[in-house]
Amino acid sequence: MTTLQAQQPGIPAPHPGRLAEPYWDGCRVGELRFQRCDACATIPARPASICPNCYGRSLSWERSSGIGRLYSWTVVWRPQHPAFRVPYAPAIIELDEGAWVMSAMIGCEPVDLAAGLHVEVEFHPASDTVTLPYFRPAA
Amino acid sequence: MPHPFRDVAIVGVYNTGQARHLPEHDSATIALEGALGALADAGLRPRDVDAVCTQFSTEDILTLGLGPATRRHMGLGIPSVLDAAALIATGQAEVVLMAAGGAGVYTDRAATAPWTRPAHEFVIGYGLFTAAEFALVARRHMLTFGTTPEQLATVAATIRNNGHVNPKAVYFGRGPYTVDDVLASRMIADPYHLLDCATTSEGGCGLVLARADRVADLPSTPAWILGGGGDSMGPSYHIAPRWDMRGSTDADVPNGYVGRRAARRSFAMAGLGPTDVDVAEFYDPFSFEIIRQLEAFGFCGDGEGGAFVADGHVAPGGSLPITTDGGLMSFGHAGHTAQLLQRAIRAVEQVRGSCETMQVAGAEVAICSNGGAGALFTDVLLVGSERP
Repeated sequence: MTTLQAQQPGIPAPHPGRLAEPYWDGCRVGELRFQRCDACATIPARPASICPNCYGRSLSWERSSGIGRLYSWTVVWRPQHPAFRVPYAPAIIELDEGAWVMSAMIGCEPVDLAAGLHVEVEFHPASDTVTLPYFRPAA
Repeated sequence: MPHPFRDVAIVGVYNTGQARHLPEHDSATIALEGALGALADAGLRPRDVDAVCTQFSTEDILTLGLGPATRRHMGLGIPSVLDAAALIATGQAEVVLMAAGGAGVYTDRAATAPWTRPAHEFVIGYGLFTAAEFALVARRHMLTFGTTPEQLATVAATIRNNGHVNPKAVYFGRGPYTVDDVLASRMIADPYHLLDCATTSEGGCGLVLARADRVADLPSTPAWILGGGGDSMGPSYHIAPRWDMRGSTDADVPNGYVGRRAARRSFAMAGLGPTDVDVAEFYDPFSFEIIRQLEAFGFCGDGEGGAFVADGHVAPGGSLPITTDGGLMSFGHAGHTAQLLQRAIRAVEQVRGSCETMQVAGAEVAICSNGGAGALFTDVLLVGSERP
């Protein structure tokens, strides 16, 4: 049995960029946030100052329910960096609101991973200052 | 209208020795060896060069005393070849020297190679690296079309066996490999086993382009650029490498088929189609990427790539032999841009008929490529034996 778990602080942690500050601020207080264009409702692939569809300059942050579906995943047995505990399962999640998140699956076995699996967000600290969203099978 | 590269010939190519480690070199010195070797292959002296498009352009201009010379930085592989060709086509240069190399850059064996470790804020915390990023793309194809690990392993065994017989490959004599050997190697990032992945190694290479009127004075057999193009969906390793990601412009090409637009433009420039191609020197960072490129470039239909490789088309003697020197999996995978330029070098060798191993008999048209969908870009080049 190999239950996938969140990594412990000490892994290489993100250095939040200026445009993504609301995202990382949200993770610290247990909110998964995404950005949407005020004019055409497009969700950019990453925090942006311009809408890639209508070129509107006004985008607002929204709070996600944290519920979504598993789109793709891998199970890593050879770590990128020795600080990572294997196995771990990087995953792409489609949130119910339509946003896409790069994350990792936890709280299940690798064999439980399947396309369309219902998942929910769970937050774990990656360092003293950064909290990462992970996903587990929805209750 | 005449072909845009009618007056551009590829007159010299060269690979230095490739090895896991080249202790007597750094990247600049091995790239310079690649440059000198390509010039020797062309029958040219350094002083014949009037434009330098290398990994260390200004260094090479000073080292070889070429100033004043036109400089371009070789930041990419195939796109840099097209830019170098454009220097000649637009009258800015007559002889362009290209070279790249990597040595002394991979010493920490406890982790994946440094250039494979993305540091961007949305991926670093999840331990992503190239194998994992590319696995996320392969997984979607397997889920959508039923592509199997055995089909992926068929690609890996084919390419590794091409390297097994190539005395210049880093992994010469290390095979032969069966599909079962690949599947039995340890799992790196599911579905990628160790032998589904490119190696890491060191080496240099070079390529020389010249205006067509210089060809008659040179001893080498020229090759010609028939078509080329490149597709990018955004920065590599910053966001989730999602198969279905699309831009707002060319909406019929999702990220999973990035390179399709480049291939269409390349074939249109050449006035050719996939059935005219004799050999495919595809970029092979991971086994599935060959299946993806076969579909993206139109060698088979969407979802048919797995069956295409299983049916033997890409095997030696098949309808479309692939990556005949052993590629990134076996020949060599030197950092920076050498491993990108080396796909073009092998395509040139094929249409010149100068491959020492796995020469495709009578090859007149070769396709080569760089990139992959885990990295959100793919570049395409068509090379031929006949002047367009």
